[in-house]
Amino acid sequence: MKVRTRGVTVVLAVAVILTLALVARQGTSTGQSLPRDLQELVQARKLTPDQVRAALQTYVPPGQHDDYLMFSSGGQSGQVLVYGLPSMRLLRVIGVFTPEPWQGYGFSKETREVLGESEVPEETLTWGDTHHPAISETNGEYDGQFLFINDKANARMAVIDLRDFATKQIVKNPNGASNHGAVVSPNTEYVLEATQYAAPFPFGYQPVTQESYNTRFRGLATFWKFDRSRGRIDPAASFQIELPPYWQDLADFGKLESDGWVFMNSFNTERAIGGTLQKQPPMEIGASARDMDYLHIINWKKAAALIAQGKGKVVNGMRVLPLQVAIDQGVLYFAPQPKSPHGNDVAPRGDYIVTAGKLDPNVTVYSFKKIQEAIKARAFSGKDPYAVPILAFDRVVAAQVKVGLGPLHTQFDDKGNAYTSIFLDSAVSKWTLGPPYKSAAEAWKLVDKISVQYNIGHLAAVMGDTVKPGGKYLVALNKWSVDQYKNVGPLFPQNLQLIDISGEKMKLLSNTPVGLAEPHLAQIIPMDRVKSWASYPQPGTNPITMQVDPQAIKAGQARIVRRGNTVEVWMTAMRSHFTPDRIRVKKGDTVILHITNIEQAKDAIHGFAIDRYNINLSLEPGKYETVTFRANKVGTFPFYCTEFCSALHLEMAGYLEVTP
Amino acid sequence: MATDALQAQVKFARPARIPQRSRLALLAAALLLLSLAFPYWQVILFAPQYPGGLRARVYLTHVGGDAQEITTLNHYIGMPGLDAAAPLERRLAVPLVLLAAASLLLRAAGRSPAARWARLLMYLTAVVLPLAVVADLAYWLWWMGHTIDPAAPIRIDPFMPTIVGRGTVMQFSTSATFGAGFFLALAAAVLSLYDVARGRRRN
Repeated sequence: MKVRTRGVTVVLAVAVILTLALVARQGTSTGQSLPRDLQELVQARKLTPDQVRAALQTYVPPGQHDDYLMFSSGGQSGQVLVYGLPSMRLLRVIGVFTPEPWQGYGFSKETREVLGESEVPEETLTWGDTHHPAISETNGEYDGQFLFINDKANARMAVIDLRDFATKQIVKNPNGASNHGAVVSPNTEYVLEATQYAAPFPFGYQPVTQESYNTRFRGLATFWKFDRSRGRIDPAASFQIELPPYWQDLADFGKLESDGWVFMNSFNTERAIGGTLQKQPPMEIGASARDMDYLHIINWKKAAALIAQGKGKVVNGMRVLPLQVAIDQGVLYFAPQPKSPHGNDVAPRGDYIVTAGKLDPNVTVYSFKKIQEAIKARAFSGKDPYAVPILAFDRVVAAQVKVGLGPLHTQFDDKGNAYTSIFLDSAVSKWTLGPPYKSAAEAWKLVDKISVQYNIGHLAAVMGDTVKPGGKYLVALNKWSVDQYKNVGPLFPQNLQLIDISGEKMKLLSNTPVGLAEPHLAQIIPMDRVKSWASYPQPGTNPITMQVDPQAIKAGQARIVRRGNTVEVWMTAMRSHFTPDRIRVKKGDTVILHITNIEQAKDAIHGFAIDRYNINLSLEPGKYETVTFRANKVGTFPFYCTEFCSALHLEMAGYLEVTP
Repeated sequence: MATDALQAQVKFARPARIPQRSRLALLAAALLLLSLAFPYWQVILFAPQYPGGLRARVYLTHVGGDAQEITTLNHYIGMPGLDAAAPLERRLAVPLVLLAAASLLLRAAGRSPAARWARLLMYLTAVVLPLAVVADLAYWLWWMGHTIDPAAPIRIDPFMPTIVGRGTVMQFSTSATFGAGFFLALAAAVLSLYDVARGRRRN
C-alpha cells in the first residue's frame, strides 16, 4: 500500500516535470525563431531586426484601438489633427478657424456664428494658423475635457469641447495682432497667449520708426479666463499684462511649487524694426544681435488680484495691467536668457524652467527656488529700458546642459529625463534633470541623442508637459522631409516620427507624413481619459449649447410655415429621407431650415447640401442645426444627403423650388 | 357586544402567521410582478455593421433595446415599426398582471369545494399568462412578417419570424430567445398550479 502510493507520487512528479519541460521548450522555441514564411517575408522586404521590432510595436490590428490620442496643431489649415498612438493613424480633423465642409463647420448658422464671433465686421477670415494645442488640466494633469488652440495669424483663441470634438468658441484678442501659444494654468483657470509680434498698443496705426516702436508698440500677456461650467472663455473676466515691445513667444505656467507664476521667453529684445530697403539690417540680423534676451517671470496670481482690485485700465473692453504697475507691484521680473530663446518648459515638479536658445548649444535651466531667493534678495544685474528689474543670471540658473545646435523645445518623461528638440542638428537629445529627479552625480548630463528627419520643431512626449509625464512615446514634429517620401510636387509633406523612449536608448519607430499643413505643437493623452460621445445623447441637441434646442423636432412634427417673406422649415433627417422633401419659396425669401437628425444609431450620419447654394451640413445622430439663407437664385435645386448613410443614400434627396 | 365585534375584526385583519400555501401564492405573485421589469422575449440581429448586434427586448409594456434602430431598418423591407405591434396588449399588461397577482393574494376563504374551484379560477390568469404571452407573441410576429408594405424599397416575401432559435432576414442573422420575464411568469404559473394541486390533494 505504502509502496504503491509512493510509486504513484513518483510517476506524477515525473509527469509534471515532463509537462513543464515541454511547455518551456515550446515557449523558447516560439520565442527564438519565427515561422519560415515570416522569415522569408522579413528577408524579402529587407527589414532589419530593429525595423521588425518597430513594426510590431506600432502595429494595431484591425478593430483594435490605440493606447493614446495625440492632438496636433494643423498649422495653416486652421484645424486640429487627432492621431492614435502608437499606430499614428489620423483619426479626426477638427475644423477650428477654417470652414470645413465635411463637418459642415462654417456652413450652419450655429458654426458660422462661432467662426464669425471673433471677426471685425466686414472682415471675413477664412483661415487661421494653429500652433499650440492645450488640453484642459486638473491639478496639472490633462483631464481630457477641453482643448484650446491659438491662431497665430489673427490673435485668436479657440475652445474645443472634447465631448463631441467640435469647436465651441473663438475669441479675438482686441489688443493684439498676432499671438503665440496656448497654455493652461494647472486647473485651467486661465488660458495664456503671448503676443509674438509686438504691435501698436492700443492696436491701430503707428509708424514703424524706432522712436515710435520703442514708445508706442507693446507686447502683451493675455490671460483668457475659462469658465469650465459653461465651457467658454469669459472675455469680461479676462485680463492682460502690458509688456515691453519684445517678441514674447512661448510660455508655460508654473505648477506645484511654482504654481501662481508664468515663465515666458522673448526675443528681439534688440527692438529691431527691419528696413532692408533703407540699408538697415534685416529683421533676422537685427533681432539676433544681443547674446541675451529676457525670460519673463510673471506672478500671475498677483496680477489677477491687482486686476480684481481695479488696478487695470480698460483698453478695447479688455482689462490691462499697466507695465509700470506690474513693475511696482513685483508682478514682472526678467532674467537673462541666451540667445534668441524659444522653448520655455517647466519640469514636472514645477522646480525647474528649461529654456533653449535657438542660437546657443545649451539648454539653460533656471531654478524656481533660486528665482524666489534672488527676488527676495533683490539680486538684480540691472534694468531694461522700461525699468523692469533683471535678475542676475548666475543667481537664478541651476545648470546649463550642452545638448546640440539649435535647441528648441523640451518635454519630460517619468524617469527624470528631459528631451529637447535640436533643430540644426536634426536630432532629439535626452538629458538628465538634477535633484530630486536624479542624484547629483547623474544630474545634468546628455545621455542619448537620436537623429530625426529633418529640422525638428516641436516634440511631444506622453503627457510630457504635465506634473505626471507618462514616458513611453515621443513624437518628433519635423519641418522638412526631404527624401523620406516620394515627392508629391514641390510642396513636401511634413514628417512626424514616433520614437520609443521607454528604454535607455531612444528608438525610432515610424514615420508619418502630414500632407495638409505644417503642425507645430502636439499633446499626447491616454485614450481612456477622453470621454467623448458616440452620438448626441438627447435627440435634437444643439452642438453649441449642447442641450436640446427648442426648435428641434421629433418624427412626425415636420412642417413648413411662411411668415411674410420668411419661410421656416422644420425638417427631420433619418435613413433614407428628409421630411419634408419638397420646399417651395419665392425669390428673395429668407429661408430658415431647422434640421434634426432623429437617429440614434452610432455612425448614422447624414449630410445636407443644397446645390448651388453653398450649403453643406453634417448631421450626426441626435444633432440639431440651422441653415439660414436668402433664396436669391431662381430655379429648382436638388438637395441631398452628402454622407453615404445607407443603401438608399442616393435616394435621400428632395427639391428646393425657388419661384421667380 | 360592540367591543367583541371590533376585536374579532382586528383579529381578522391582523396578518397572522402566513400559512404554507399563502406563502407559495405570495411568492408567485411577487414573481409575476417582478416579471414586468424584465423582457419576456428578445431577439438579437447580427450584421457586420452592428458589432455586438441589435437587440429588441420585448417587455409586457414596451419594446426596449435598439427598438428605434430596428424600426428604422424595418421600413426598408416595409415591415411595421416595433411600436405598431400589440398596442392593446401593452396597454392591458399592467392591469392584467396586477389582477393576476391580486387574485393570487386574495385567497378564497374556506375549505368547501366551491371555494377551491373559485381559487382555481382566480389562479387561472396567473397560470395562463405565460402561455397567452407566447401565443400573442406568435400572432404579432406573424402579423409583422405578413404586414409587408408592397411599396417598400426592398421587396421580400412574407415570412414567419422565428420565435425561438435562429433565422435570417436580409443581411441579418437573428437569434430569438425567451427572456427572464417569461421565465419568472412561468415559475409563477408552476407555483400556482402546484398550490392548487396540493390544496386539492389535502382536502
